Amino acid sequence: MIPSAFEYERATSVDDALAKLAATGATGKFIAGGHSLVPLMKFRLNEPTTLIDIARIPGLAGVRDVDGAIEVGAGTVHHDVATSSLLRQQCPVVAETAGTIGDPQVRNRGTLGGSLAHADPAADYPAVMLAVDAEIHLRSSRGPRVVPASDFFQDLFTVDLAPDEIITAVRFAPVRAAAYAKLYQRASRFAIVGVAAALDVADGVIRSARVGLTGAVSHAVRLTAVEEALAGRQPTSEVVAEAAQLAGSDLEDVAGDIHASETYRRAMVPVFAKRALDGALARLPQR
Amino acid sequence: MVGQRIKRREDPRLIQGRATYVDDIKIVGMEHVAFARSDIAHGRIRSIDTSAAEAMAGVTAVLTGAQVAEFVGPVPIITPFPSPDHRAVVVDTVRYVGEAVAVVVATDRYIVKDAADAIVVDYDVLPAVVDTEQAMTGQPAQLHADFENNLAIALVPSGTGVSPDGQTVDDTAIDKAFADADVVVSQRMVNHRLAPSAIEPRGTVAHYEPGHDKMTIWSSTQVPHLLRGFIARMNDMGEDQVRAIAPEVGGGFGAKIQAYPEDYVVAGLSKKLGIALKWIEDRSEAFLATTHGRGVIGYIDIAATKAGKVLGMKLRLIADIGAYNTLFTAAIPTFTTLMANATYDIPAIRTTITEVFTNKTPTDAYRGAGRPEATYFVERGLDMLARKLDMDPADVRRRNFIQPDQFPYTTQMGAVYDSGDYTAALDRALQNSGWDKLKVERDQAQAEGRLVGLGLAMYVEVCGLGPSAVLPTGGWEHSQVTIERDGRINATTGASPHGQGNETTFAQMLADQFGVPLDHITIHHGDTAVAKQGIGTFGSRSQAVGGAALHLAGGKVKKKMAKFAASLIEAHEDDLVFENGRISVKGAPDSGKSFAEVASYAYVPVVGGAVQLPDGLEPGLSEEAFFEPSNNTYPFGCHIALLEIDRETGEPTLLRFVAVDDAGNLINPLIVEGQIHGGLAQGIGQAMIEEVRYSEDGQPLTGSFMDYAIPRAADLPRFELDSTVTPTPVNPLGAKGVGEAGTLGSTPCIVSAAVDALSQFGVTHIDMMLRPEKLWQIINGGQS
Repeated sequence: MIPSAFEYERATSVDDALAKLAATGATGKFIAGGHSLVPLMKFRLNEPTTLIDIARIPGLAGVRDVDGAIEVGAGTVHHDVATSSLLRQQCPVVAETAGTIGDPQVRNRGTLGGSLAHADPAADYPAVMLAVDAEIHLRSSRGPRVVPASDFFQDLFTVDLAPDEIITAVRFAPVRAAAYAKLYQRASRFAIVGVAAALDVADGVIRSARVGLTGAVSHAVRLTAVEEALAGRQPTSEVVAEAAQLAGSDLEDVAGDIHASETYRRAMVPVFAKRALDGALARLPQR
Repeated sequence: MVGQRIKRREDPRLIQGRATYVDDIKIVGMEHVAFARSDIAHGRIRSIDTSAAEAMAGVTAVLTGAQVAEFVGPVPIITPFPSPDHRAVVVDTVRYVGEAVAVVVATDRYIVKDAADAIVVDYDVLPAVVDTEQAMTGQPAQLHADFENNLAIALVPSGTGVSPDGQTVDDTAIDKAFADADVVVSQRMVNHRLAPSAIEPRGTVAHYEPGHDKMTIWSSTQVPHLLRGFIARMNDMGEDQVRAIAPEVGGGFGAKIQAYPEDYVVAGLSKKLGIALKWIEDRSEAFLATTHGRGVIGYIDIAATKAGKVLGMKLRLIADIGAYNTLFTAAIPTFTTLMANATYDIPAIRTTITEVFTNKTPTDAYRGAGRPEATYFVERGLDMLARKLDMDPADVRRRNFIQPDQFPYTTQMGAVYDSGDYTAALDRALQNSGWDKLKVERDQAQAEGRLVGLGLAMYVEVCGLGPSAVLPTGGWEHSQVTIERDGRINATTGASPHGQGNETTFAQMLADQFGVPLDHITIHHGDTAVAKQGIGTFGSRSQAVGGAALHLAGGKVKKKMAKFAASLIEAHEDDLVFENGRISVKGAPDSGKSFAEVASYAYVPVVGGAVQLPDGLEPGLSEEAFFEPSNNTYPFGCHIALLEIDRETGEPTLLRFVAVDDAGNLINPLIVEGQIHGGLAQGIGQAMIEEVRYSEDGQPLTGSFMDYAIPRAADLPRFELDSTVTPTPVNPLGAKGVGEAGTLGSTPCIVSAAVDALSQFGVTHIDMMLRPEKLWQIINGGQS
C-alpha cells in the first residue's frame, strides 16, 4: 500500500500539462483527484515516474452553457457535477449519476475526466455519456480532437485517448427525459449493473432513445436493441417495460465475480434498463 | 454527573487530528521495518533470494525466518490446548497468504517497502485446504504434522451430563429430551469469517536502549500490560525492563488483544540492532495478517413440545481457526458453548467443539468473541421452531425465559447468570416497535406483493470478564486515584480504552465522588509506566471491572482526605460532605474548606509551624485498588428488525431497527448509545454486507475495501434505542458492560426478518451474509 517512488509536478495550463507529459517520455501520468490512479499506484499495479497534477489548471473544472449545449470541464469533481444547478435543471441525469459515485469523500476529489480516462468497466459516467451522446473533447500538441462517446469506450480500461492526449471537457445537448439506475456493489459502490436512458419525445412519440449500460461487460455499451424497440413508440410504462426485456440479451462475455455471477448480472440488465427508462418517463413534461 | 449524557471529552482531539497514534511516534535514529509475505496459501520454501533487497541503498538488514528464529522464539498462546509450532517469520512452510517469510530493516519507509518487494521466494507449492469441513478429512492438505485431519481440537463436549473436565459423558437427560419432544428443528448454519477492519491498522514502535537495558514498545493494542509481559518474556527481559504504551488506538474490536508476530520481531530486532524501529501495517496487510473473526459452523437441534417449550438442545460447533492458534483462538468457541443456554430455562443441553486448521489467516476474538455466534445459532433455531409451530416468535421466547426470581441462575453450561428480567426487555421492544401493528403492516405489504419481513431476537452475553479463575491473565482491574496538592485529580486505569470513552465516564464518576468539576480530573491509561497494573479492555469489561477499581481507589483516597479535612475544620469525618468543590459539615456548607485547601494540607501537613498528621496518617492523597469481580456480568436485550427485499433484485433494505438493551446501571447513556450504534453497525454489516472470502486455492478475494464492505453511515437505518435497567450485584457500580451487545442481537433478527420476508418461497433458513444474488435465487425458485 505504498507506491514506488515518483516525481511530482503541477501544471499551470493544459499546454503546460502536455509539455510536462511529453518531457517524461511515455512514463508520466496526469493526476487530478487520483481516485483511480492512486489505488493502482499503492498496489504497485501502475508505477508512473512522474505525476503531473492537473487539478488546479484554471478553467479545466466547471459546468457551463456553451450556445445551448452543456460543457463539463474534465477537472470537475463529482460533487460539483452532482450539485450543478445548470445540470439539475436541464440535464438531471448527469447530476444524478455523479451523485451515485462512491461516497462524499470520493465525490469531493474524483473528477469526470479521470473517470472517463480510466474507463473502469463498472464506472458510472460512461453509461450516462453514451445516453446523452456526449462529445469527449481532447487536446494534444497536435491540436484538439472530438470523439463521440459511442466511439470513445473501446475495451477494458481502454479508450480512444492517445498517450499524449488530455481530456479537456465533455459537451452534450441537454436532455431532460433521462435517468440513471444502478445496482450498487456494496463495498466499492461501483455499478454491478448501471443503465442510463435518455428519451427524445415529440408529439407523444419517442423519436429516439439512447440507452447506455455499464458494469456488465468490459466497457460501457449502448443497448441498441432497446433503443430500436422504443423508436416510434408511445412513451408509456408498458412500452418501456416491453423494450427493457430486450436489454442485454445479445451481450457476450458478461462479467461474473464474487459480487454477482454472470447469470445474475444478465438478469439485472433488463431490470435496471426498465428502471432507467421509467425514470426518464417520469421526467417527461406533464401533458 | 453519573447518568448524564455528557459528550466524550476525548473526541475533540480525535476528530481534529490532534491525537497521537503509533505512526505519529518518531524517535531520533529510528528505522523502519517491513515484511515480505507469502503470496501462496500453502507451500514449502525452497529458497529465498534476498540479494536484491540487501543491495539497496538504505537497507540495514534483511532476515529470513531461520535468522529471526535465532532470537525470536515460537509465538506463544495462552489457552490450555495443544498448539503447533508457530514462528513469527516462516522457517520452512507457509500456511496462509500473508504469512511473513522475511523481514527488512531500512532507513526509510519507502525503501523498506521496495526492499521487501524485491525479495524473491521460490516455493514448492502444496495443495491448500480452505473449506473447514473438507479440512477435517485431511485432504487435500494436512497443515501440521501432529494434528491429524487438521484437527486442532477433535471434540470437546460440555453441558448437561458432561463432567467439568469433559471426561465423563452421560447422555440420559439429553436423549430423553429429544425422545419426549413433539417437534425437533435441525439446521446447519454458517457464521462466516469477518475482517475486523479497524480504521487504524496495527503498528509497533520498539525502542531498546542498550545503555539502560530497557525497552519501550508503542503498539496499537487493547492490552498494553499483557503485551509488556509477552515482550519481556520473548526477549529474556523482566517486566521492570519493558514499558508498553498504547497511544490512541483507532479501533480494536478484539483483533488487538494480541501479541502478534510483528510485535515480537520488531521488539527483538530493536534489541538486536540497538536502534528504534517502526512497523506500520498497511491496509492490504491488515486484511491478511490481522486475525479474522467468527468462521464457525453450527449444527443446532432443538427439541420442543408442541406448545413451544424447549426440552433440549444440541449445538455442535466446527470452528475454522485458520493456519495457527493465536493468543485466544482456541478459547473463542468456548464462549459460544458457555452461552448456549441463552435467555432460556432449557433443561438439557449438549454442545461440542471441534477446531480445524485451514490455509487461511488465523481467527481470534472479534467484537463479541463467541457470544454473537451463540446468539445467532440459538435465536435462529428458536425462530425456526416458532415458524414450525406457527407461533409468534415473541411467544416462543416468552414461554422459555429464565424468570427474574430464578437469578442467580446456574445454566446447563455452568454459567451463573447474575441478574435479568428478560420479559421486561422483550415487552419494551415489542411496545417500542409496535409489534402487533407491525405484523399487520407486514401482512398487508406481503399481500401487495412486497417482500417485507419481521425478525426478533433476544440475547444475553457474558461481559465484565471476569473472575481471575476464568481468564489466564487474571481477571481483575487496577486503578490509582491521586488528589494533587492543587486539588486536581489524576487517576489511572489499567483498562486501556480505545473508543469506549472512559476518559469521560471515569471522570464523571470521580466528579460525583469528590464533588469537583469534571475538568479538574484527568484519566490516564495505556502506559504501563503510568497505569502501573492492568489487564486491558476487551469482553465489555472496562466499565464493569475497570470502573469498579476506580471507584474503590477513589473511595480509599476520599476516606483519607476526609480525615485531613476533619482535622482542619475540627469536625468528625463521618459528618463531612464533598460538594461543589468544598468539604464541609453536612448541612453547613460555610463551615468547610475548599477541596484544594484540604488537598494542600495533606501534602504540607503543617499547622502553626508544627506538623499535624491526623490519626498518624502518612502525608499525601494517592491510593490504589485492585478490583476482583465475584462473577462475570450478563447483560441482555431484545432486538427487532423490519426488512424489505426487492423482488426484482434481491437487495435487502433495513426499514427499522429497534433495540432494547439492559447493561445494568448506565454511567453515560450517550456513550452507551454510541457503543450500541457501533456494535449494531458491525452486526448489521455481518448480516448484510461483510464477508471474507477465499478462492479454492486459498487466495483472498476480499483483500481491500473495494471488495470487502463495511457499513457506511448511510447504509444504516435510524436506530430506535431504549434500555431497561437491571443492575448487577457483582460490582459496586451495578454496571454490566455494553461494548459488544450490538453485535449479538442484530445478526439473528435480521436473518429471521429475511426468512420471514421470503417464507412464501418455502425457505426456512438463509445463511449470512444476505447477498442480493442469494436472495434473488430464492425468489426465483433456487436454493438458498
